[in-house]
Amino acid sequence: MDSRSILAEIPRLRRYARALLGDRAAADDLVQDTLERAWSRIDQWRVGSDLRAWLFGIMHNLRVDQLRRPPPPTRPVEEGDCDLPTRPTQTDGLELKDLESALNQLPDEQREVVLLVALEDMAYADIAAMLGIPAGTVMSRLARGRERLRQIMAGLAETPASRLRVVR
Amino acid sequence: MNPNTVKESDLHAYVDGALPAPEREAIARLLAELPGEAKRVRDYQEQKQAINHLYGATLDEPIPDRLRAMATPPHLPDSTASAALPHGHPGRLPSWSLQRIAAGILIAILGGAAGWMAHGQYPSAERIAAAVPLPRQAAIAHAVYSPDVRRPVEVSGEQEEQLVTWLSKRIGTPVKPPKLGKLGYELVGGRLLPGNIGPVAQFMYQDGTGQRLTLFVSTENTANQETAFRFAQEGPVNVFYWIDGKFGYALSATIDKGELARLATAVYEQIEGK
Repeated sequence: MDSRSILAEIPRLRRYARALLGDRAAADDLVQDTLERAWSRIDQWRVGSDLRAWLFGIMHNLRVDQLRRPPPPTRPVEEGDCDLPTRPTQTDGLELKDLESALNQLPDEQREVVLLVALEDMAYADIAAMLGIPAGTVMSRLARGRERLRQIMAGLAETPASRLRVVR
Repeated sequence: MNPNTVKESDLHAYVDGALPAPEREAIARLLAELPGEAKRVRDYQEQKQAINHLYGATLDEPIPDRLRAMATPPHLPDSTASAALPHGHPGRLPSWSLQRIAAGILIAILGGAAGWMAHGQYPSAERIAAAVPLPRQAAIAHAVYSPDVRRPVEVSGEQEEQLVTWLSKRIGTPVKPPKLGKLGYELVGGRLLPGNIGPVAQFMYQDGTGQRLTLFVSTENTANQETAFRFAQEGPVNVFYWIDGKFGYALSATIDKGELARLATAVYEQIEGK
C-alpha cells in the first residue's frame, strides 16, 4: 500500500461518505478518520487484496462506532451567529434534491447498501464480506431500500411504508 | 421457476447487470410479459443513474489538503502531513513503524547485496558517481600535508629508491616521481593515501622559499579516457590534472595558475614521455 494508491481512492471515499451522511464537512471528517485508522492498522492490510474494499470496510466500521456512541455535547448555533458554509444548491434539479432527501429517509443500513451498489457497483458478495453480513441480508436491504426510495419519489411513501414495516 | 414471477434477487441482479447472459435473457423475456415488474426494473435503473448523477461531481472535486496529507503515513516528517493532522500522536511510535523500520533495513541489505553483486559486473559505474573527484582529492591531500613542517611525507626523497619501490608495490603499478630540479623544485618525499577504492600516491616537492607542490597519482580511473589538461580550484589550492588510461594525475599548489601550468607541463612531459 503506498500513498499514490491511497490518494486514488480518496475521491470515491469522499463521494460515498458524502452520499451516506448527506453533509460535505461531516463526510470529509469521516474520510479523514478512515485514513487515520487505516494507517494505524496498516499491519492488517494484506498485500494484493482490494484496497478500496478494505478502506470502505474501515469507513463502515467507523460509522457504526460513531452511531453507537452518544453524540458529542453541542450548543445550537443561533441563526445569524456566524455564516455557516453551505453547499451551493442553485443548480440542483428539484428532482435530485428530492432524491437526496428521499435517501436520507432510508434507514442507515438500507441506504448503505443502495449507495454501495449504485455508486461503487460493488458485487453483492463483496458488500456482504465488507459489512460482515450474509449475502441474503445484502439483497433484502437492497430490495427494501430501492423500493422504499421508489415509493418516496413517487409520492407514495406513507401507505407502502407501513406495509413494508410488516414485512420486516 | 414460476413462469409468471421474477425472483426479487434476480430482478435486482438484472438491474445491476450482475447476471450471466443466459439468465439475463430469460429475465428479459419474462419482463416483457410482466409490465408491472418491467416498470419496477426501469425505476430502479433510473434511480441508480440519478444517485450517480447526484453525487458524481464529488469525484471531480479537488481533494482537500487535509485529506491529501492523509495519503502519506502520519509519522513521516512531512510538514504538510503533520500540520494537517488535528489530532496527531506526538511521541507515540505506531506499532507498524517497527515493521517499516524492518522493511527499511531489509531494503538496505538487499540494496547492499545487489550493489556488491553488481560490482563485478559493472565496475565502479555507481562508485564513480559517489566518488570524490580527482582534483578535489588531490587538493584536500595537498591542504592536509603540505603545511606540515616536521612530517610532510612518510618516506623522504633522500631514499627515493625505497620510496619508488614501496609506492609502486602498494599501488600495484610502477610509479616514479618526475624530476623538477630544473624548475627549482626538489623532491621532499612521498606517502601513501587512501583513494576512493584503494591506495593512491602523493609526491611532495619544495622550492628554495619553502613553497610546496604535490603530485597526486591515482590508478582508480575507469570512467573516461581523456588526457586533456584540466584546471580546478579548491579554495586557495590550484590544481592541474589530467587522465591517462587508468592513471589520474593532479598537480596542486598555492601558486598562481600560470606558474603551476608551466610545472604541470614539465611533469606531463616527463611522465608521458618516459
